[in-house]
Amino acid sequence: MELDQVTYTFARALAFSTPLLWAALGEIMAERAGVVNLGVEGMMVLGAVIGFIVSQATGLPYLGLLFAAVTGALAALIHSFIAIILGANQYISGLAITIFGLGLSGLIGRTWVGQPLQAPMKFVTVPGLSEVPILGPAFFTDQYILTYVGLVTAGLLWFVLYYTRPGLILRTVGESPVAADAVGINVKVVRMLTVVFGGCMAGIGGGYLSIAYRPSWGEGMTNGMGWIALAITIFALWDPLRAVLASFFFGAFFFLSFLLQKMFPPELLTLMPYTFTIVALTLVALGKGRRAFGSPEALGVPYKRGER
Amino acid sequence: MLERFGFKLVPRKAVPGYFVFLVSFGAIVAAIVVTGFIFWIYGVNPFAAYSTIVERTLLNSRGLSEVVRKSIPLLLAGVGLVLAFRAQFWNIGAEGQILAGAVGASGIALFVPLPPFVAIPAMFVAGFVAGALWGLVPAILKVRLGVNEIITTLMMNYIALYIVRWLINGPWKGDSVVGFSYSDMFHRSIWLPTIGNTRLHWPTLVLGLLLVVLLAVLITRTKLGFEIRMLGESPIAAKYSGVNVLFTTTMLIALSAGAAGLAGVGEVAGIHHRLVEPNSISLGFGYTAIIVAMLARGSPVAAVFTALFLGWVFASGDIMKVALGLPFQITGVINGLVLLFMISSEPLLRFRIARVSLKNPETAESETGTV
Repeated sequence: MELDQVTYTFARALAFSTPLLWAALGEIMAERAGVVNLGVEGMMVLGAVIGFIVSQATGLPYLGLLFAAVTGALAALIHSFIAIILGANQYISGLAITIFGLGLSGLIGRTWVGQPLQAPMKFVTVPGLSEVPILGPAFFTDQYILTYVGLVTAGLLWFVLYYTRPGLILRTVGESPVAADAVGINVKVVRMLTVVFGGCMAGIGGGYLSIAYRPSWGEGMTNGMGWIALAITIFALWDPLRAVLASFFFGAFFFLSFLLQKMFPPELLTLMPYTFTIVALTLVALGKGRRAFGSPEALGVPYKRGER
Repeated sequence: MLERFGFKLVPRKAVPGYFVFLVSFGAIVAAIVVTGFIFWIYGVNPFAAYSTIVERTLLNSRGLSEVVRKSIPLLLAGVGLVLAFRAQFWNIGAEGQILAGAVGASGIALFVPLPPFVAIPAMFVAGFVAGALWGLVPAILKVRLGVNEIITTLMMNYIALYIVRWLINGPWKGDSVVGFSYSDMFHRSIWLPTIGNTRLHWPTLVLGLLLVVLLAVLITRTKLGFEIRMLGESPIAAKYSGVNVLFTTTMLIALSAGAAGLAGVGEVAGIHHRLVEPNSISLGFGYTAIIVAMLARGSPVAAVFTALFLGWVFASGDIMKVALGLPFQITGVINGLVLLFMISSEPLLRFRIARVSLKNPETAESETGTV
């Protein structure tokens, strides 16, 4: 490949990794607090459709993005109510949100299918840095602002998680809710807030797709990205910074499957990222046992005071 | 909070069957009511809508046959999931296993010339094996390495979807079809027979009912069934009492996935008579089968009724589209709502509200039933 093709691949991989990163960051925080959210796909797709409709109706892409975030948060509120307050099965609750979200988004987006977005989000080119040879065109030219905000957010979340008191509280709630409760932390409230935050992030990831990356709405346009975000969470070992690398990796896979279409049947390339997800999870499992790589101890277990 | 008003939640010891039924029924009614609001938002009178739906799905024979027809794949995949969920294997991959089964059957139908009385059983066998193999990958990864089966089974769905797309656009694309992506039509002699002029391919239905009986007997009457129940309730106890956990779980999941594969055979050999777009082979039957299994709460026999209910939802989707001008996606909304309400009503089965008594504070012994 020519050099500029390589840098172009990197640039597009970065753009493609952005929605995965946003959704994965949200999920990492939620799982760190001990709650699995299988509704990520549904929250993303709802964020995408609401974000698109609001942007199209108002001509304001950032307002659309705000609505995408709120939509994701509302869906997450349902999940957190069922999974945390009622203490029901989190897996089923999240799955129900995804089934519901895919259906509802198809329903409300039906009349908007195929319209190009009139005022999509614009590319940004970082002044100065874009002049750097190789790195400039690869990472700092013609990206969306959300890509950089996502990267900064990853750094912030990493810092919050490991070096601040709220981060400590969050991790304690996920590792040992009994201990957290004993020192006066309201486990359920912390978990709810984190899950809602996660939904917000998933909504933004979805909004990025329909407002910036592919400014249009198509039914099921998230195409399993929410599930890949869940895989990234594991692949990144619940660490926001590693999630950046993992997302980039998957972004590259998605983009390569576009790039190589002339050489291979496109359908077989499209299934590569999904296949690779399985391979990646297998590699992680082969590497170490569950405890050693830091899966939160109370992950997926509803907390009820007085039960062990 | 309740204590303040002199009440508290007390874990239930045993839940009577009628109460489980009532709670599930309540969840379904709640979903139907909320859907009524969606009709109303769309400017359709919900009462008129539901009466149209009931009239066209339940009160005429053609509609009724469509309900049963749509519940066939749901029954096969759903009863398989009952088994998988019992063993605590969260198989979300029935959708892909259905597609794998469809591919297996199409392979036989398109490329292996056999007399019809051999070809039809061969299609079912191939579909079962293909579905089972599709389920075995995540199963082995789960039992050997502890890889999260929810994600792997889901990824296998997408992989199956794109393989089917590749087949119908590439190597298996029919010679006789121009501009469409299908395989060639299967030979007329190996189409599954149907009842009258309906689309009820009865061999698949019979297979589904046989499977229900088989699994009901297996779970309640055999040593393997006992092991399955033990695996689900206490894997460690199962291990120490000499259950070969790896082998048993793997075989169960293969059986579960094979059942979904059979559903795929029925769809291509009984309805489409060719390999078509993945989204036409399965209208999300694999995902809906999860709801079939959850509502059935571990009982293969109950899955017959829950499959019929969700088959009715799918049949209603067609009516809503044709008669009321509502998009088919509304079925996804109803399915999601049923599942949400069902899971939300779970605490009703685990706890009852009682007056606070001073004598007996420690009812903490958890009695969390299987979901």
